[in-house]
Order: sequence, then C-alpha cells, then structure tokens
Amino acid sequence: MKFTLSWLNDHLATKATLDDILGLMLKAGLEVEEVEDPREKLAAFTVCKVKAAEPHPDADKLRVCTVDTVDGEKQIVCGAPNARAGMTAIYAPLGTFIPGLDFALDKKPRKIRGIESYGMMCSTKELEAGEDHDGIADLDESIALGTPAADALGLNDPVIDFEVTPNRPDWLGVQGIARDLAAAGAGRFLRTELKKVVGTKPCPVEIQLDAPEACPVFAGAVIVGVKNGPSPDWMQQRLKAVGIQPKSLLVDVTNYISLDRARPLHAYDAAKLSGPVVARLGRKGEKLAALDGKTYDISEEMCVIADDSGAIGLGGVMGGESTAVSDETVDVFIESAWFDPLRTARTGRATGIHSDARYRFERGVDPHSCMDGLNLAIALIVEYGGGVVSKPNLAGEAPVNTKKVTFYPADVERLTGLSVKPADMRRMLKDLEFGIEDAGDAWYLTPPTFRFDMEQSADIVEEVARLVGFDQLPTTSLPAPEGGVKAITTPMQARVRAARRVMASRGFLEAVSWSFMAKDDAALFGKTSDALVVANPVASDLDYMRPSVLGNLAKAAQRAANHGERGVRLFEAGPIYLGDGPKDQRTVVAALVRPFNERHWQGTPAAYDSYAAKADLFAVLDALGQPGDRFQVAAPAQPHWHPGQAASLKLGPKVTVAHFGQLHPGVLKALDVDGPVYGFELNLNALPQMKAKNTKTKPVFERAELTPIRRDLAFVVDRAVPASDLVRHAQGADKKLITRVDVFDVYEGTGVPEGQKSVAFEMTLQPQEKLKDEDIQALMDKVVASVAKGTGGVLRG
Amino acid sequence: MSDITTIEKEALASVEAAADLAALEQVRVAELGKKGRVSGLMSSLGKMSPEERKENGPKLNALKTRVDAAIRARKETLEAAALEAQLASETVDLSLPPKAGPVAGALHPVMQVFEEIAAVFGDMGFTVAEGPDIEDDWHNFTALNFPEGHPARETHDTFFMHALEGDEAKVLRTHTSPVQIRTMMSQKPPIRILVPGRVYRNDWDATHTPMFHQVEGLVIEKNIHMGHLKGCLIDFVKAFFEVDNVEARFRPHFFPFTEPSAEMDVKYTRKGETIEIGAGDSWMEILGSGMVHPNVLRNCGIDPNEYQGFAFGMGVDRLAMLKYGMPDLRPYFEADPQWTRHYGFAPWSTPSVSGGLS
Repeated sequence: MKFTLSWLNDHLATKATLDDILGLMLKAGLEVEEVEDPREKLAAFTVCKVKAAEPHPDADKLRVCTVDTVDGEKQIVCGAPNARAGMTAIYAPLGTFIPGLDFALDKKPRKIRGIESYGMMCSTKELEAGEDHDGIADLDESIALGTPAADALGLNDPVIDFEVTPNRPDWLGVQGIARDLAAAGAGRFLRTELKKVVGTKPCPVEIQLDAPEACPVFAGAVIVGVKNGPSPDWMQQRLKAVGIQPKSLLVDVTNYISLDRARPLHAYDAAKLSGPVVARLGRKGEKLAALDGKTYDISEEMCVIADDSGAIGLGGVMGGESTAVSDETVDVFIESAWFDPLRTARTGRATGIHSDARYRFERGVDPHSCMDGLNLAIALIVEYGGGVVSKPNLAGEAPVNTKKVTFYPADVERLTGLSVKPADMRRMLKDLEFGIEDAGDAWYLTPPTFRFDMEQSADIVEEVARLVGFDQLPTTSLPAPEGGVKAITTPMQARVRAARRVMASRGFLEAVSWSFMAKDDAALFGKTSDALVVANPVASDLDYMRPSVLGNLAKAAQRAANHGERGVRLFEAGPIYLGDGPKDQRTVVAALVRPFNERHWQGTPAAYDSYAAKADLFAVLDALGQPGDRFQVAAPAQPHWHPGQAASLKLGPKVTVAHFGQLHPGVLKALDVDGPVYGFELNLNALPQMKAKNTKTKPVFERAELTPIRRDLAFVVDRAVPASDLVRHAQGADKKLITRVDVFDVYEGTGVPEGQKSVAFEMTLQPQEKLKDEDIQALMDKVVASVAKGTGGVLRG
Repeated sequence: MSDITTIEKEALASVEAAADLAALEQVRVAELGKKGRVSGLMSSLGKMSPEERKENGPKLNALKTRVDAAIRARKETLEAAALEAQLASETVDLSLPPKAGPVAGALHPVMQVFEEIAAVFGDMGFTVAEGPDIEDDWHNFTALNFPEGHPARETHDTFFMHALEGDEAKVLRTHTSPVQIRTMMSQKPPIRILVPGRVYRNDWDATHTPMFHQVEGLVIEKNIHMGHLKGCLIDFVKAFFEVDNVEARFRPHFFPFTEPSAEMDVKYTRKGETIEIGAGDSWMEILGSGMVHPNVLRNCGIDPNEYQGFAFGMGVDRLAMLKYGMPDLRPYFEADPQWTRHYGFAPWSTPSVSGGLS
C-alpha cells in the first residue's frame, strides 16, 4: 500500500517529520518497504535563469548560454531547441547524478565542440519527473532563482510504500493509517466532516437484495447530468504518486475513495442499466464480460450484481463491461455495498481476478462505511463534475457484531512483561476507537467496526504492547529448564550427524537436493503413486516427491561431469517419500560415485566399484554401532540397481536396510546420465534402535591370555554360492573359538572345475585354554564338515 | 718387558688406522687372534719365573684389555658409518605425493548451520523435534489459527498434493510450525523444542527457492512472557554470529499463530563483500516470532490460562548466507562440487557452544 505524506496529513494533524512518521509506522506494525522522497533525489537541482543564449560557432544545434545559478553566473552549452534568453530552467551543477540518464556529470568542466560547459540544464524526463520531449524544462518565470527543483516541479511529496498484514484491512485506506499513527503518538487524528450533498428526488434505480448472506447491505444513488471529464489535478497527482493511472472523474473518484477510506465503490452508467439492480447468487451458465476485457464463467457460489440484462458485475470483485462508465457517461449510479469476505475470496480465487476491490473485501471492509463512502463520492463528483443527485437508496442492513471482547488488563504484564498504567491503556484503546466498559479486572470492549481481528484478551494485549513499543519490552534470558539441560538430538539426528561425518571424511561432498523430482524419472525407481504427485509444481520436472535420492544425485554428478569434474563423490542425508502419510517419510543416507582413477606414480589404484560402495556403506554402519556383518547380503529388490552387481542388505527376511552397488545402466540412460555409477542408499529408519541402557559403564576388560592361532583353509564350491555362506558356516563350527574368518583369495580357472570356484580364508582362533595339535585338527575337521554340509564346498587338497 | 709400551702403541695405531671392518678384523687377528702378537706375549707368561710373572702378568692383562676395548670402539664407529652409508644410498624422494586415498569431502553449510543453531538452543535447554514434510491442512493451517479461506493462507504460496478421490488435498508444509502442533498434542508442558526441517513454497526467483530450511522454536511453560522471547533470541543471535553485542529490534507484525507477534531485525554493516552483524547502519530482518496464540494452545488441548509461551521461526538458508557470506541462495540445492568445496565445512567440524560454533 502506497500513500503520500501530504495525503496522510489530510487525516493527521502533526508536526512529525518524514523520519518521525517512518519510525512510528515501524513501532505500530506498519512495515515500511520503500520511501521515495523526490526532494532527496532532486536535492542537487535548482531553478536558474538564462540570461543569454548565443549560437555555438561550430555547431548548428548547440547554444552557448549564460546562466544565473545558485553558484553564480555559469557558461553552459545546451543542445535543447527551446533554450532561449529569459527562460526559467533547472540547473544541475558539475558532478551531479542525473537520474533519468543514469550517469553523473564530470566534476570538471567539459569542452563541447571547443567551448567549456559548466553544468547542465535538464528536461523533466532527465529528472524522472515527466515526459517532456520539447527540450529542457521551461518553468514559470515567477519562480525564484535557487528554488529547489522538487518544489518548482511540485514534486515535494514523499511516497511511502508499506506492507499491509492480512489482519489489518483498515490500513488499506490512508484514513486508517492516520488513526493508528495518531494512537502511536504522531499527532491528532482528524475526523473530516463530510460536505453532504443531499438530493431531493427519489433514486430512480431500485436495489434488490436476493442473497443477504453474500451482500447484506447496498447503498446507491444516481447523479444525473454529470460531465465525466478529467478529475482535479490534486486527485490525479495523488493517484499517480501511488501508481494509479488517472482515467476520468468517475473512475478516479471511486479509486480515490478506495485508497483514502478502504471503501470500494462501483460506478455504473445509469443509462445502460435496465430494471432494478439485484445482488444475488450466480446462475449456472451465466457469464460476465468484465472490465478487464475477459469473460468469466459464473458459478452458483458467486455473488453477482445483475439487472434485467443479466449479470453486470461480480460483487466485490469486478464490474462488467456492458454498464461501465465512459467519457460519454452523463447519468451515473454509484454502488456502495458490503460483500462477504469468504465468498469474495472464493470468487477471486475461482476467477483469478486480482482487483483492489477483491483485495479489500476479502480482508474485510467496514460494513458501516456504505453511506459515508457513498456520500463522499457524491460530494466529489458533484463538486468536480456537476449534476444533480438523487436521494440515496439504502437496501438491507450492515451486519452488526455485538460480541464484546473481555480484556484482562493484567494480561498485558502476564504475556509481555510490560507494566502499563490502566489510564494509558484506556487512552490507547480510545484512540483506536474501542468502546470501553471498565469493570476493574475485566474490561468489556466493543471493537470498532473496521477491525476484524479482535476476539480475545491476547488480541488487546498486542494493541497495547505495540502502542507502548516493543523496544520497551524487558530483555530476560530464558531461565534454566526444569531438570537441567539434556542431550538435544533425537536418535535419528544422532545417526544423521555421524553418517554425514563418516561420508565427508571418506571424500564425499554433501548435497542438499530437491525433495522433488520428475514423475517420469521417479518411475525408474519404483512404482509411482498419485498421492505423491504435486498438484501445482513449480516446474514440470519437479512434480513428484522423490522415492529415492539417487536420481537427483546422479543428475547432479552428470552436471558436474559436464563442467569438467573428473570423478564425483556426492552424498545426501535427507528424506524420501513412500506415501503421503505422516509415517511414510524415511530418512536415508544416499551416496553416489562417478569413478575416476587418479593416476599415481606408485601405480593407479583399483577403480571404485560395487565393493568400494559396500566399504563406504559399512563404514557408515560401523559408525552407527551396527557393524555390517550382522546383516545379510541378498539380490537387489529395487529396479534401479544392476541385477548382478548390486545387492540389498537385509536384517532377517523382512527388513531391508540398504541397497548398494552399481546403478542399472538402463536407468542411467533414461536419466541421461553416463555410467558406470555406483552408490548406496541406507534407510536409517530401518536400522534397529540401540537399547538405551541405564548405565554407561562398560563390561569388565578381560585380556586374552593366550596368543591367537591362525589357520588357512581353501574350499572348492559351486560358483553361485556366496562367499559369505562359506564364512558363516566355517564360523558356525565353533562361534566362541573362531573369532574371525577373513577371505583372502577367490579363484576360478585352471585347477578348479568348470562352474566352480576356490575360496580361501584365514581363520583366527582365540583359545581360552592351551590347545593341543589334535584339538586344533578336530576343530578343522568340524569346520570342513560344517562348510560341506552348508554349502557343498570341498576342502581343496 | 720394555716392548709392552711399544706394542701397545703400535697396536692402538693400527686399530685407529683400520679403514673398514675387514681391516679391523685383520688387526684383531694380528693382535688378539690365537697367533696374534698380544696373545703370544700372554702365552709367554707360562714360561716365566713366578717373580717375572708377578711383575708382567698385570701389565700384559692391561695391554690385552686396552687393545680389545680399542677394537670394539673402533668397530662400533665403523659399523655406524657403514649403516649411515647404506641408509644414504636408500634415499627416496619424499616430495612425491603419497597414496592417500580420496581427499576429504565437505559438509553442506546449511546442514552445518542447523547444527550450530541446535548447539546454541541446546545450551538453553531445547531439544529437537521433527515432523513430516507432507502435511494435512489441519496441522499446517487450521490448528495454527489460519481460518479457512483467510487471505493469510494465500501469502504462503502453498504446494498442494494431488488429492485422492474423496480426500482433502495434502500440502507440503509451508513452515515448520505444524511440528509445534504435533508436539503440543503429544507432550505435556513444560515444552522447549527446536524443529529443524525442509519447508516448501511455490516461489522461485533470485531470493526464493521452492524448497528451503527453517528452524522453529517453541517454549511453553507457566511464566514465560515476551521479555523472555526477546532475551532468548538476542542471546541466540549473539551466540550464533559469535559477537559480543548485537543491536536488535522487535517490530509488531502479524502471524495467525502468535499474539502479540513480532519480527526481529538486527543491525549490520556491509563492507565490500562481507557483512558484519551486530552493529552498523542498516537493519536486517532475521526472524518472525510471538507469544503462542491462545487459540493454538486450545487447539492442542492446553489451557491458555495455565500455560503460555513463545514461538519463533527463522530461515536457515538466509542465516547461513549472512554468517558465511554466500551471496546467492540458488547454488545451495544444485549439489555443485566446486561450490560445496568452497563453502563446505571439514568433516570433523562439530559445532558446540563450549568448543566454538565455527
């Protein structure tokens, strides 16, 4: 909402400066967004007098002028065709920034075709103060030398733009702003007495209210014989200052009152109306050709203004083309009605119309302003356009909110810590036009009819606190919590923190990518569900809640590769979505690698592969206190993994905690990503919760007294048997004694039958008592038997 | 036996002259070997009369001991020199790069700043709470006192999920505030929670992204007033920006779920590319806050006459930009390795109040 300082002064008697006003706006909760003070912008420019203007000896179009300025007599070379002796113009000294040209004059005089020029005379366009094309500003000669240009051009009214919060529709009128500023201490609120023009003839337009729930009150009057010319200069200037293009008296008056009083009106060409004007609900199939040139379908939900010809307006939103006023309009019917906020908002959303009327009605217009608004419009139209007005026609009644707000003055200190005298509270609330019935500990307040946000004591507390000023609030550190400070993180967050640090220390860069992805891409990662489609996506390729992080990481890695990154390691700890319920979100750690083998003088290291991905995954699991060997490796169960070079990691038959390995080349191709790409995705929610213990005490340390014994064994086994099965069955022979089984060789080829492989491992035995050779041999026999039984493996001779 | 002195002189001289271990061994054999000169003298003792033996015995023994000691000392010297010479021949070029595995990665600044914020509020007795990104209308709006159809809802640029037949459309949470509701409905006061998370608004330009990060705070106790809100947030800003003093101001504002509501601005100066928070000539808005609206407390089954408190919400991405001088929001979500290496944090950096946030 924009307004000018002089406009504010219509409603506020004040000695406050612009800075004071801005400070008070801030204090009262009117958040200033921008202040444009033309006086500041044009401070360097002043009025000058041209004494002589001689032709330039070397240039036909230039004149060499002798100019009286605030800085004394100056020689200025000027290219304007209208420069002449005796002219009153605007002078810019050397070094001045010229806003309309977006550059500053040199600080030293410049030679123009050999003659030095000591400054510039400006056009209004160069001052961003007008659109003249005829040359430099040609001012009235009565304006004195040295007058600031802003005053000479009538541009001395600062424009203030501020944010109107949705709870304060009364600030959508300058009058409402003045009322709050007066209450905040800016001065005295001026209650302008309306100059009433009273008609004698009855209003020829009948008003009918068929939907009082949508439009309970409607005032109107007809003025005949109006000359709809331009509105007065002062009104045009104010409208222009706040960014509204003046059109004609009738349109400008309705716009002006909307801005001045937050009271929307509508003007109809009375000659184009047929029959009574009816406020009713829309009918199926009705359409309205609206003022914005578009035609809208009307629904039965909408409030419509209609006459015998059908719909002529959407109540509180926009008028129709067919009855609009024009330059030829002679008889005008003014509508000043009140429309239900919720219905207006729905109509606005359904039609997509953003009008000043909708903006005000959906936030709430004072229902008791119908007659005042109408009378003000009549007075202005008759004053500037002539004509004879009818008696006003008032249909219906403004809805009255009889509910009083109970305010407990003690709540002010209870909720804010401010101690305010009751007398001060009373004055503030009076300034804000509350009706006050003081009953000691509880006050019964009648909020003014332009306020819609006053329901309970806390609402009044805010009014008092903001008028006292939040700078007066005490500054009190939070007391220590009952029971002392505890660990802050949830178990999930502790996991995320640990996992992130492991990944970063293993060379991965942390990504935070969109929770969205393209639905088509998401389909590569599993069956999609309509529940995860974003109905109004910000972009068509961000229309689905991601079922996996890997798609976004793969695309990011490709972008990096396109920028010349050789090898990319990315990870992200973030959400994936399995459904739209509150328990369908998972927190995962996803990692993705585009391998690149850095050459090394000691020999190029092995390429990143599915085993490296497994190592990274297991490092995270280790850090989370969940060593990898407690899980089982099984075939991948998600479509985006290489069927032979990726795996799932399971805890029992039902719980899958992770997938790792190589991504499916077909999926990468569909994502437009070059392979091979490796990675993992670990579902942190699927990991078992560690049991909370009552004590942090660790078990007693027992040193292994005997040195460990190590034995190597090799088995020939079917190629398809997972090595982990051999390890498991070997260890199964004596879980207590065999502390480690480490595979050190896997071999296929000469010496091993076709379709089989040899797997060799080292076993570590940790004896508790001395073992004899025959004890060890017995154990080895047990291992061989266990492996043979479990895997069909045969000890390699 | 006047030649004992001569022999000793000669023997010690040849020990000293031995240039390497082989030469020294020759000297040893020549002097102390079975047929060596000193050994020869020693064996001559047997042929002497007891008187001669008594006189020469100690002299000869001393000679043997001294020659032996000289040879051992010489041997140690020569061995040390030989080792040095061998080691010198084994010199490698340690300026070459080692095989060190991948260089360390980096943590994303937003995730780091989440932890910094949590560290500060953790010290004030807050604990972390979380909630889902896909929310229902009730938790995101209605329970937070956004009346249905109220224009305040429209200021949120809400993302709606595809509505399944007969269901109300879910929304992507537009703020972390629904977790206030979820917490107050499942937990009894006193409550001090901090809610970090992703939030979503349908807006994308130079200063807005469709997804961003917020931290929400909620304190519900018996005697918490707006002065505590002010004190708590000023304490936070000082700790977070790691400055001793912060000039801050609170302005009335409107949020449906707080009453009174305030926005907090802090003073700052811009010096070239860098921003200094705490003092200066300009104000910057950094968060929204207020006393929890009685309607919100009632919606969660808490009696506003018994309990009261405050809530605040801040944009983490912007706080990170301010603190670490990142000029642009957009690269946050691009997973660009160059950007992450430049603005990211070392894997071992763990913010804490006692150990320093950054």
